[in-house]
Formats: sequence, structure tokens, C-alpha cells
Amino acid sequence: MAEPKADILQGTLDLMVLKTLESMGPLHGYGIARRIEQISAEALAVNQGTIYLCLIRLVQKKWISASWGTSENNRKAKFYAITKSGKKQLIAETENWERVAGVMGRVLQLASRR
Amino acid sequence: MPKSFSQLVARIRAFLNVSEIDGELDQELESHVVLLTDENIARGMAPDEARRAALLKLGGRESTKESHREVRGLPFLETLTQDLKYAFRTMKRDAAFVTFAILIIGLGIGASCTVFSVVNALLLRPLPFKDPAQLVWMKNHKQIDESDLSGQTTQADYVRDLRRLSKSYASIGGFMPFYGIGDTLLIGAGKPERLTLVGVTDNFFDVLGVSMMLGHNFEGQQPIGKNDKIILSYNYWKNSCAGDPNVIGKTMHFDGQLATIIGVLPKSFDFGNIFAPGTKVDVFNVFPLDDTTNRWGNTLAVLARLKPGVTIGSAQSETQILGAELTKDNPKRNDFDPFLLPLTQHVSGAVRPALILLACAVGLVMLIVCANLSNLLLARGATRQKEIAIRAALGATRMRLIRQMLTESIVLSMCGAVVGLFFAVLGTRGLAHLSGISIPLLGSVTVDMNALAFTALFAIATGLFFGMVPALHVPSNRLNDSLQESNRGSSAGKQHAWVRSVIVVSEIALACVLVVGAGLLIHSFLRVLDVNLGFRPEHVATLRVDPTSNYDTKNKVNAYFLQVLQRVQQIPGVTAAGITDALPYGSNRTWGVGVEGVQYDAHDYPEAYTAIVSPGYFKAMGIPVIAGRVFEENDPIPQPTKDPNAGPQHDAYGVINESLAKELFHGENPLGKRTAGGATIIGVVGDTRHLSLEKDGGNEQYYSMIQTGDWSSANLLIKSTLPESTLAAQLRTALAPIAPDLDVSSLRLLQSLVDKSVSPRRLVVMLLAGFAAFALILASLGIYAVISYSVSQRTQEIGIRMALGASAKIVRSDILKQTLKLAVIGIVIGVAASAAAAGALRSLLFGVDSADPATFLGMLVVLTVVALLAGYFPARRASRIDPMVALRAQ
Repeated sequence: MAEPKADILQGTLDLMVLKTLESMGPLHGYGIARRIEQISAEALAVNQGTIYLCLIRLVQKKWISASWGTSENNRKAKFYAITKSGKKQLIAETENWERVAGVMGRVLQLASRR
Repeated sequence: MPKSFSQLVARIRAFLNVSEIDGELDQELESHVVLLTDENIARGMAPDEARRAALLKLGGRESTKESHREVRGLPFLETLTQDLKYAFRTMKRDAAFVTFAILIIGLGIGASCTVFSVVNALLLRPLPFKDPAQLVWMKNHKQIDESDLSGQTTQADYVRDLRRLSKSYASIGGFMPFYGIGDTLLIGAGKPERLTLVGVTDNFFDVLGVSMMLGHNFEGQQPIGKNDKIILSYNYWKNSCAGDPNVIGKTMHFDGQLATIIGVLPKSFDFGNIFAPGTKVDVFNVFPLDDTTNRWGNTLAVLARLKPGVTIGSAQSETQILGAELTKDNPKRNDFDPFLLPLTQHVSGAVRPALILLACAVGLVMLIVCANLSNLLLARGATRQKEIAIRAALGATRMRLIRQMLTESIVLSMCGAVVGLFFAVLGTRGLAHLSGISIPLLGSVTVDMNALAFTALFAIATGLFFGMVPALHVPSNRLNDSLQESNRGSSAGKQHAWVRSVIVVSEIALACVLVVGAGLLIHSFLRVLDVNLGFRPEHVATLRVDPTSNYDTKNKVNAYFLQVLQRVQQIPGVTAAGITDALPYGSNRTWGVGVEGVQYDAHDYPEAYTAIVSPGYFKAMGIPVIAGRVFEENDPIPQPTKDPNAGPQHDAYGVINESLAKELFHGENPLGKRTAGGATIIGVVGDTRHLSLEKDGGNEQYYSMIQTGDWSSANLLIKSTLPESTLAAQLRTALAPIAPDLDVSSLRLLQSLVDKSVSPRRLVVMLLAGFAAFALILASLGIYAVISYSVSQRTQEIGIRMALGASAKIVRSDILKQTLKLAVIGIVIGVAASAAAAGALRSLLFGVDSADPATFLGMLVVLTVVALLAGYFPARRASRIDPMVALRAQ
């Protein structure tokens, strides 16, 4: 059974994947995993298989689409691209995230000041 | 849970295409590994090393695939299909057990579903009318017994007044309940046929919100004798008009009148089914509300539709006040003291207690079924412990194992439910087609969608319930314990036996309650059958012999009646014959009756059930004459009088029953005294139970058919030793010269009327006895299973004891003692429970106390015998254990 902690992680991972695809264009699963690892500076040291759970979920929600193609070094790979509704979702999620982050930041500051 | 519909669709698709998507994922993961390996090589790793690192980085492939499936598909269903497959596999392995279990569950669920369908049709489902909640039954006088028709009906003018004055009702209508079965003679083409015709107010079907299937409803009313429009019931149209779609406008030739068919009722409306259980009504005409019908006195059973928003309480208070005012303003009318009740309650209120009883009984049966299956599953669980231990060892969690066990028991009970539905369809069909049972709405009992839904839910609940104990017996992670439990006498094994004993004890206790309940009702039923009716229905047949319209004067009619009696009595084998207008258990009427010259309180005027009978009636019925004499052929015919207050009994002779004699004359000799209506009392006869077997008939008075013309029907009663068919043929021949249109096919036995009157009780008793028998069988199986299990567990011990010199007899009596111990505990608990439950039965008992010692004693004997029988076979097996074999077995 999934634990609440994992739910938060799931949400953030979704957001990261969407953001990555928006800024980098179509990418395969491996590429996405690499990119997230690089940016988060290994802060999210999850095993890379997890990315596929996130990808299938986003595909089922129709926020990203998938198709087979060839990688730059000529390997067969499945490429993911963000869809229109994915972009909308990204905007909404970003705003939401920033609001939450802002609130959390203020709350934490307040708490530490006392 | 998936949030949107498209996501759900995607998940279902993924669930259905497991292998395809798995394959694609496999490729994708492989490509991931390849890409990662490439990069690792580029970083300078050796190819083997690079691939190994890549695989590590990706994580366990199988577990990724597993989670992938969970994320994209329907994990619950996936586990379920796995469990189901496994359940069916294990069930196939154990066909004997499964067949037995399914059969037991099938019987239990079949009974439950049947009873539910009856409860559904009679109590839950709304009546087949428009907005049935707005319909009320308006009975005259709250306290009057339901079987007294005159007391609860209303005079026509009151209905006319209420329509004008009352503000509570959208419409008020009613019907004339004093019709007789076969009142109307149809003389058409072919054989003459007696039909049952009910007069209804012109708006009756509108009040109910029933619209015609063919044609249209009555429009306005015509005076009696001119109302020549009729509406057919669906069944009559279907059976006697062959479902002719062009039947509207055709005429039917009734005796003395032609009538035009203007409408056919829909199938959903069966008048008899709702208002006159156990009878079939063929035709309807308009009963006009006018001065003529008003003069007839209380004639109408009234029902009304409340205006939207009006409660029955406010309608009651308004109508009650109006009723009192109208009664005061119209001293010449009968009094009107309206009492409202919801139509549903009027229709099925009387059977409610019996139905609740049956529902409880079937619930108990299901509890026993569950107990039995729990027991069987526990026994089976014992043999499956190794299998379970292995599955646990392979990593199945306890939750997962419990879930698996419960899935198995639900599958089992679902299979049982399918069998049960089959039984239920047979059962309900049988019940719905029982003819002549006076239970309302019984004809509309079917297994409908509600019953299906009920059965499905009930089956799941049943499966969960009986699977719970065995499933919780799944060992936690004490692997060793379970693998070792095959050792006899280990503590877990003992606990196991203990649980099973508790289950059996509760089975016995439950069976006790059912046996006591059934016993009490059977005892009551026997008491009812044993009751002294006051008349002797044996070998008495009855036939409608109303004179046709060509006998148009009182003299001709009298001559006709005397001829009929004479001709019938000449048939060899006929010992007595008489005619009456009131057969027992049919419609009845009461007339006021006082002693001439005595002043009575207006509210306390004596009343008596009235029958107009011919000479010979009391002999044919076997009603004893206590004092004086009864009517004779040459009794004088009274002269017509101009006195408007003279009743139909003016200058006639009257015969009264003992109850009425006591009420009117308080022990004085009534012979020769005159009633206020002007009749001279010539005889006193015994009381009869003509309303129902379970109730006194109250006051009864009889007048002579020769002396008064106010009879409502002419039912010939023939006491004879002839078989029914011979009698019918003989009657036709004997009466042909004076009654050529006689419909002898309607010949009935008086006994069948008695039977019909006890039919609801008989049905309940039979069902309950069936449930009790089933419970007994289940309980005995439960005892057998537990004792036989304990014998097989103790084989070694018994072997040692026998080797040490215990005789077969001692061993046997030992096992029987063990059985008795279970039985006694069960019976003690059962007696306590039954004593409590029997109290609730009181309203359904007749002539039997709820603590009837005979019944309790009988239950004690029956259960002890059943328990000993169930224990005897394992005991015999134990006593035949060969000590050497038993000892070597370990």
C-alpha cells in the first residue's frame, strides 16, 4: 500500500516530468530520468524504474503522449512529449506549487522566529 | 482511484491488455538499459560492468513491472481474478464438498429469496396504482371487525355529501362489496356461465389512477337496471374473449339484460388480488349513487385520493367532524363514523405479522446454513493447512490469505445463489399460482429486479459471514505451528475443535427456536381444524340456483324454490337440501334486530348477521335446532303492508341463534316473541363460526326465503354421498325442466370454502414446518460432522483405550455422551431463546399458549433423537476401531 509520503513525492515527480518535457521537448524515459537527476543534484535518488510509473500515469491522464522513435545514438526508444492539456496542467500545477511553497515558507519562517 | 472517466477507460483498457502493455514496457525498460549501458561504456566502463550497473540503477525489473501494472490498471480486479481462478481450481478438486455446500446454500438462499419476493410484493412494493401513498381506505366505524361487511360500509348519500363538503380529497369513490361469487348469469352463445360482477362508482378506476388497456372508463352513472355499460377484467378478456382486440362495443347477454363492453382493464390491475384475495372478478359495472341505492343502507366500501399535501391525519379529523354532523342532520340514515387508514395497510396489514414471522424464520435458517458451512470450511481448512502454510512460506501475507479464503467462500455462496434463484423462481411461481388462497397480492409475487439485487447482496453477505471464522483461522506467520498442527492434541488443534463445538451448539439452539415456532403454529393449526364449526361441511356441495328473470312474481319464485328442493331431494343419494343467500366465509350482512316494545340506546342497537334460507337449510347444513322449530314449506306468506317502517321481515317467522337469544331475551324463552321488525321467533338454533374458523360468529338471525323476497343470492346446499361429478350431472338432469341455464360447472364443496378460510394459516404453517425440517437436517449434519471429526482425531486414543480393555459399548456410549453434551447445551440455550421468541408469536397462535408444554417437550424429544442419531454413526465407527490398526497408524 502506498504511504502518504509517497503521494507527495508522486505529485512532485509528475510536475518535474511535465516541466522537463515542456522545456526540453520530446524525450525518452531514460533522458527524463537523467535530466531530473542532474537538476535535482541527486537529491531525488530514486531508482530509475520509478519514472515509468509516473510516465504511464501521465499518459493515461492524457497530459503527455508517447511514440516510438530513435535516439541520437541510433537506439530504439519510446519518446514522450507534453500535450496541450499537459501544458495547461503544468501552468495550474506551477501556480499551485508556488502558492503552497510561499505559504509554507512564511509559516516556517514564522515558526522559527518565535 | 481514477479521477476522470477517460482515465478509468485507460485503466480498464490496460487491465484487459496486460500482456501487450507488459511487452511494450519490457521493450522500453530494455531500451533504458541499453541507453544507460551506452553511457556507462562512454564513461569508460567495461561492457559487462556497464550493463550490470545499468540494471542496478534501473532497479528490480519484475517489481517495476508489478508496480507499473498496479499504477496503470485495476489492481483490485487483478487480485480478484487471480483469487477467483484459484478458487475455481480448488473447488474442482473437491467436487463432493462443493456440490453439497452449493446445495445447502442454494436451498437457504432459495427460501430467503422466495420469502423476500413475497414480502416485497405484499409489504414493500407500492400498490399498482398512481401515487398509492395518497390513497386511503375509509372504513365506517373504527372498531368494527374487518369481517363484518355491513358495519364498515357506508350509505350512498354520505359519499355524495362528502364529495360536496370535504376539502381533503381529490376524489372519492368505492365499490359495492356485497357481490357474490358467480352472481351474474351469462347466457350467450354456448354454455351458460356464472360470472362475478362488481359494482363500482363511476369514478372508481379514476380514483385509483388505473387507465383502461382497451376502450375507456365509465362516464357518468345510470340508475340501477339501466346501467348497461360494462368493463372487463384483463383475465376474463384474455381467457373468455380470447384476447380479442376488437371487443369494445360488443354486447354480452346477461340474464334479463344486454350490456355493452366499453373497456378492458390492464393486466397490472387485478381487483380480486387486491380487494378480494382468492377470488376472481370478471366484470364491472357502475353502482350509481342515487336515492334508490341510498335506500339500500350501507352498501359502499369507500376509498379516496387525498389532495396533494393533505395528510391522512388532517383528512381524518375533517372527515370525522363532517361524519358526526351529517349523522346528526340526517336521523333517517344509518350513522357514519369514518375512520381512515392508508390503502396499503388495509390491503396487507392483516398478513404483516405472518410475513414478519416467515422473514425471521428464514433468517434463522440462513444462520444455520452459515453455521453449517463455517463448520464444513473449518474441517476443510484443517486438511488444507499445509497448502496454506506453503503459500505463506512463499510470501503471501496473512491479509492476502484471508482475502483468498473469503473470495472462495463468496464464490461458493454465489454459486449457491444461482441454484437458489432457480429454487426461488419455482417457489414464487408456485405461490403466485396457488388458487383460492385468501392472501392479498399473492398473485403478483415474482422474482423481480429487487429480488435479484437482494439475492446478490445476500449471497455476498452470506459468503462473508460463513467464511469469516474459517478465514480468521488462517495461521498468522507461525509457519512452524501450522506445519506441525497435524500433530494431534496440539493446542491450536484443540482450539479448532472448540470453535466447531460452539458453532454446532448454536446450530442446535437456532434449530430449537425454529422447531418450537413451527410446533406452536402446527399445534394452533390443528386446534383451528378441530374447532366446532357449528355446522357440518362434510359431503355438502353448493351450487348457484338463482331463478332467472322469467320467474317474475313472488309466487312463481316460491314455486321454483320448492320445485328445486323437491327435485334435488329425489336424486338417489341426496339426504338433505336447502337454499341460503349467505354461504359461510363469503360476503355477509348485518341487520339491526330488537325485541318489539323494548327501547334501545341508538348506539347500542342489537345487530345480527342475517341469512335468508329455505326450508331444509338447517338439516342440509347440520346446524342443530335447540328449541322450537325451523322453516317449513307451508309457512304462510305475509301480506304486503303499507307501513314504511316495516322491515322485510314483517309478519314473517324468524329463527335466531343461541347468542342472539341470550342477548335479546337474557334467558327468557324467546319462542313466540316478536322482533321490532315484526317477525315472530319460532326457533333457536346453534351458533356457527361463519366468519372464520378462529372467531365466534356472533349474533345470527335467519328468515324464510319463502316469506321474504329480500334474499341476495340463492345457493343450493346438497348433502349427499355422491361423488362431485356424478352429483353435477344428476343435478343438471333433475333441474333441467325448471332451470335450463344452470351452470353446474360452478358446483363447489362446502369443505373447500372452509379450507380457503384457513388457507393463509395453512400456507404459513407449511412454510414454517419446511424451514424447521431443513433446520433439523442441517443441525444433525453439523453434529455428525463435529463428532465424526473428533472421532477421527481421537482414533489413537480410542485405540489405546480399547487395547487396555475398554469395550465397544463403553466407547460408543462415550461418544454418544459427548454428542448429548453438545445437544443439551444447545437445547438449554435454545429453550431460553424460544421462550423469548414465542412471546412475539402470540398474536398468531390459536388455542395454544406460547409456553405450550407439549410443544416444548416435543421439541426436546425431536432434537434429542436427532442429535443421538447424528452421533450414533460416528460412535459406531469409533467402537469398531481396531486397536492395532489405530496404534500403527502413527
